[in-house]
Amino acid sequence: MHVPDGFLNAPTSVATGAVAAAGVAVALRKAHDELDERTAPLAGLTAAFVFAVQMLNFPVGVGTSGHLMGGALAAVLVGPWTAVLCLSVVLLVQGLLFADGGLTALGTNISLIGITTVVVGWVVTRAVLAVLPKRPASVVPASTVGALVSVPVAALVFVLLFAAGGEASLSFGTLTASMLGWHTLIGIGEAVITGLTVSAVVAVRPDLVYAARGTRAPLQLKRPDGTLMPAPASPEPEPAAARASVRPLLIGGGLVALALAGIVSFFASANPDGLEYVAEDNGFLETARDHAFGDFALADYGEVGGIPVGLAGVLGVAVVLAIGAVMFWLVRSRSAAQAELEDVVR
Amino acid sequence: MSGGHGHALYRPGDSAVHRLPAHVKVLALLAFALVVVATPRERFLAFGAYAVLLGVVAAIAHVPARVIVRRMVVELPFVAFALLLPVVSQGPRVDVLGLSLSEHGLLTGWNILAKGTLGVVASILLAATTDVRSLLAGLRRLKVPDRLVEIASFMIRYADVVTGDMRRMRIARESRGFEARHLGHARVVAQGAGALFVRSYERGERVHLAMLSRGYAGSMPLTTSAASRADWLRGAALPLAAAVVLTAVML
Repeated sequence: MHVPDGFLNAPTSVATGAVAAAGVAVALRKAHDELDERTAPLAGLTAAFVFAVQMLNFPVGVGTSGHLMGGALAAVLVGPWTAVLCLSVVLLVQGLLFADGGLTALGTNISLIGITTVVVGWVVTRAVLAVLPKRPASVVPASTVGALVSVPVAALVFVLLFAAGGEASLSFGTLTASMLGWHTLIGIGEAVITGLTVSAVVAVRPDLVYAARGTRAPLQLKRPDGTLMPAPASPEPEPAAARASVRPLLIGGGLVALALAGIVSFFASANPDGLEYVAEDNGFLETARDHAFGDFALADYGEVGGIPVGLAGVLGVAVVLAIGAVMFWLVRSRSAAQAELEDVVR
Repeated sequence: MSGGHGHALYRPGDSAVHRLPAHVKVLALLAFALVVVATPRERFLAFGAYAVLLGVVAAIAHVPARVIVRRMVVELPFVAFALLLPVVSQGPRVDVLGLSLSEHGLLTGWNILAKGTLGVVASILLAATTDVRSLLAGLRRLKVPDRLVEIASFMIRYADVVTGDMRRMRIARESRGFEARHLGHARVVAQGAGALFVRSYERGERVHLAMLSRGYAGSMPLTTSAASRADWLRGAALPLAAAVVLTAVML
């Protein structure tokens, strides 16, 4: 997702640079409230953590692997403003020292990865937290959904930027579909790892999880006569009881993906995709009418068989998930080799 | 905190490029990248000239070509995208080696490939000739907010420590026979990440206390001197040459 130089034209790069500068300026002011005067060392170490976690690559499909962006994760752990700072610093260092992401695209990268994923992840997490029971363990499903939504939204913002200043003549529909498709898959990986990571931290040090602040029920003591009184403040850590298992996480993530595909696709663009457009342009769409699968009920996302587009989308996600599972299984043995490669690269 | 914290990409040396103050180099790189991005993609000659300019800088800095090539790996995902563009783009088609490719897509793919590569090579040259401390001091000279520079300095100083922590956890897992086989195993990896966060955060708290006890009062002292006029002139050479190339091809 790190955009290199030349991907977007100069005016777009300058505009996103201004957005990024404004966002970072606000975050600098607000982060002070989240971390007191400890901002620099704590945010610095958190940035180092994000930098390390971004090396956790997970395979998405042939030749494509997503790495954790960590926006939602950082927002849940240290608060949104500090997270914006951490991600921006990680991107700055990656751009300056590791040539990862172009310098003229730094503003774009900060806007996409540093601000969009953090803000979306945080807002969604808060929204889900509002409907869940008020206890630290609720942060786990909330952050999972936050991470899941944050990645496709960032991809969507990228598509909008690319449409505005990308210079390529890709059809908007094609680009949206492919970016959203891949990034929904990446989002699922991001969601699983974010949720599990948060669950591990909540189990050990719930007091460190920013999003879990204020979710602990106040301790009550019972008097001999049966009345309750609030306990005096004690530094005792909460018992480790908040660990969530993988299964509900996977099921929940899958359900949200299905819901996205089922509901959001109703609003998706009905433009023909790139290939169709080209075909139409060159006048050979007529010849394609008698496609062997033309009568297949799902053809054209369900329009032929009269299946609503949402249902076709749901089936599509199911198929993509199945393919993804097979891919993951196929490439699993390569993970060790990949780890070695990372060491070499570093 | 002085020795041993250089990043892996820095190649110590004493060339004219190495001696240039970091903020001059960062501004020169940014200006060069902007000129490259602003060049119309049909002016193929210009991109060749930019590549030659970068080659000259690399030669002055004594950065061998194979070092640059090896580090260009980060660009690979976008190379894949650039190669895909001619196939999926719209518009008039041309036949290349029996493939029907989009003319516009070819141009766009070339555009991304050329500009992205030039940007990556320029960044690699900056990283190879600038050590971390002077880079951070340069950022402060460029009026990047102090707090941001401080966060960056802590991040760079502790990135090795934290990734080292992560590597040790991985070795510990693998020496106990663990291998991430399917998504269900993500839990183990994520618990490692969780432990890593707790360790990093607690380390941050300890670092802060250690700094307070040594008299830290909110900002680090600035140690580098300002750039001289000669430095600015030397630094401006690359973007100016690029700008000359750009105006030459536009006329």
